[in-house]
Amino acid sequence: MSDVASTGASPAPVGLVASAEQGQLPHTRIEPKKGWVSVDLKDLWHYRELLVFLAWRDVKVRYKQTALGAAWAVIQPLFTMLLFTLFFGRLAKVPSDGIPYPLFSYTALLPWQLFAYALTESSNSVVGNERLITKVYFPRLIIPLASILAGLVDFAIAFVLVLGMMAWYRTVPTWAVLTLPFFVIFTIITALAVGLWLSALNVQYRDVRYTLTFIVQFWLIASPVAYSATLVPAKWRPFYGLNPMAGVIEGFRWALLGKTSPPGAMLWVSVAVVAVVLVGGLYYYRRMEKTFADVV
Amino acid sequence: MSDVAIRCQGLAKQYEIGEREAYRALRDVITEAFAAPFRRLRSAARHSKNGSASGEKTRIWALKDVSFEIKRGEVVGIIGRNGAGKSTLLKILSRITEPTLGSVDIWGRVGSLLEVGTGFHPELTGRDNIFLNGAILGMKRAEVARKFDEIVAFAEVEKFIDTPVKRYSSGMYVRLAFAVAAHMETEILLVDEVLAVGDAQFQKKCFEKFRQISTGGRAIVFVSHNMAALRTACQNGIILERGGVIAQGEINTVADQYLAALSSDEGMQSVETESFVVADVSVSSQEGPVIKTFDTVEIRVRLLAKSEVQNPGMFVSVLTLDNQRLAALAFNDFLKVKGLQPGESCELGFRIERFPLLAGEYQLEIDLTDLDHYKIELVNRKYSFEVVESPVYQGRKIDRWFGLVGLQAEAFGGPVAAGAGDRTMAAPRSHTGL
Repeated sequence: MSDVASTGASPAPVGLVASAEQGQLPHTRIEPKKGWVSVDLKDLWHYRELLVFLAWRDVKVRYKQTALGAAWAVIQPLFTMLLFTLFFGRLAKVPSDGIPYPLFSYTALLPWQLFAYALTESSNSVVGNERLITKVYFPRLIIPLASILAGLVDFAIAFVLVLGMMAWYRTVPTWAVLTLPFFVIFTIITALAVGLWLSALNVQYRDVRYTLTFIVQFWLIASPVAYSATLVPAKWRPFYGLNPMAGVIEGFRWALLGKTSPPGAMLWVSVAVVAVVLVGGLYYYRRMEKTFADVV
Repeated sequence: MSDVAIRCQGLAKQYEIGEREAYRALRDVITEAFAAPFRRLRSAARHSKNGSASGEKTRIWALKDVSFEIKRGEVVGIIGRNGAGKSTLLKILSRITEPTLGSVDIWGRVGSLLEVGTGFHPELTGRDNIFLNGAILGMKRAEVARKFDEIVAFAEVEKFIDTPVKRYSSGMYVRLAFAVAAHMETEILLVDEVLAVGDAQFQKKCFEKFRQISTGGRAIVFVSHNMAALRTACQNGIILERGGVIAQGEINTVADQYLAALSSDEGMQSVETESFVVADVSVSSQEGPVIKTFDTVEIRVRLLAKSEVQNPGMFVSVLTLDNQRLAALAFNDFLKVKGLQPGESCELGFRIERFPLLAGEYQLEIDLTDLDHYKIELVNRKYSFEVVESPVYQGRKIDRWFGLVGLQAEAFGGPVAAGAGDRTMAAPRSHTGL
């Protein structure tokens, strides 16, 4: 329909198009919203292309003007793995559930890096996109969502290496590998749940920016990346699931390598925790977003 | 449904000053939380004393009780000084921020151009940025793809479309950014001051585009300080002052009203032309700033040259408030002064004996000249001055019935002897200043 409007040389078709559209002009009402606002999924869906474009922009720009380019996506987990293998695996002799320690820690670093990236980026996303927020309307939820999606590309690149390592250590995945997408999605949702809180808080309180590195470090040590969750006594393990990344990482190892036991109760605790944090985060974010443009 | 595109009713927006100024650190909030009970006590005490100001935050109304209607196919200019609430209004209309009170009804999709090149990423190529910016402005990918060639042609950047925009000249950057926005197909377009970009040629192109858009039945709301731009682009105007609508109507009427209010308010501030800065214009009598009919009046214009001027001069015209030219003087007819280098200043003036104008308000129009360069530049401001009541005709009260000009007259005469004829009329003694 608008095709005609843009290419038609004579004014007549333009007029026709305009009048045809008049019957169904969308009506918007702008007025102050009070209290808690639910998530407008229809609006989000309408702007889905923007979500993709913003994620695509982040990916495209991320390694511009770097010498190593996308290799950075592998270098970071690789070197962390080497360090862990040396200090925790060789020197401290941390038990690794019968899995070769390099493979053991790298499979955990994959979801961990995704989580750490997604959490950091989403928490800084609203403040970082200040220009957009103060100049254009779109559903504000797009911003943290897009910044998280960009992390998936790094994850995919780093994932290739784990396949090579599995071949090297002759590890064959079991049927459990089918659950792997669930754990990837769960990682993202966990990061989003926390990221929503932090990004909205960051608008008001720039302390978040400084706390963030601390949170990520703290969280890494609290998660079974360098060690196994089996170090935690069995009866306390469901409580360990209060850290959702514990459930994710154990689940990820189980799904990919199939050697450990499935995470069980610990995972369900994690799911419940994330669900609560996510719903709270969504409402908090929606409540705060109307002041973003004024405060940021 | 009628043909209304935007209807605002009782729109108001309140800002808390301070919130915008600094980030709040968590520490502040914690200390505040502890201090709150005490403060409440204190403010309650204060409240009872002067009955105002609760808390420490100052609240200001950026907009209050703004109501108007914009029809489809209408181009409306929003006029107002800095801080009058123009940008806040646009932000509410484009849903960037929420109103505190009131409501807006909008029929149609809204495209907002509050800034040129929002979301442009310097590392991405022109091509990538067109798609990205299009998505940010709310266009569908297919829509952008369809208009891609048109956008590139409009921006005149064909050769550089695959170059990162950080390598663009600022002119190219702005042209590209504007081109994307200008090709949005929304029913309503909100534009903030963006036409202040690009060279004159490109600006003309933009106006052309706007006219095209509005004749297609779409509504445009246009904020600018540039009255000339508004007069060409808009049919109607709305004046905002301190957050409220003080006038709306036909653009020329509204613009005149705004300019009149502006010049009476701001006094004599500096104004610029192409080669000069007008630092000061003063009209005074020899005895002081008060001017009376038949005083010796001096008009002084202090200038600063922006570029080299060989033969500085000016035309000074005295106009009535309704722009009727009463008199004009050309400086170079009287005097030639030394040329000016950029940055040098000079003062030019006229001394007028027996200034003839009767009591009332007048204005000066000034054209600055460098006749050696064939330059005549109109100073885009009128300087008003007042002639006060004075005993022109033996202390008689003067009103407009007596005209604008005082005649220095002497009366004579008496009974005429028969046969003396017309001789008495032979020696009139009066002169006019005109």
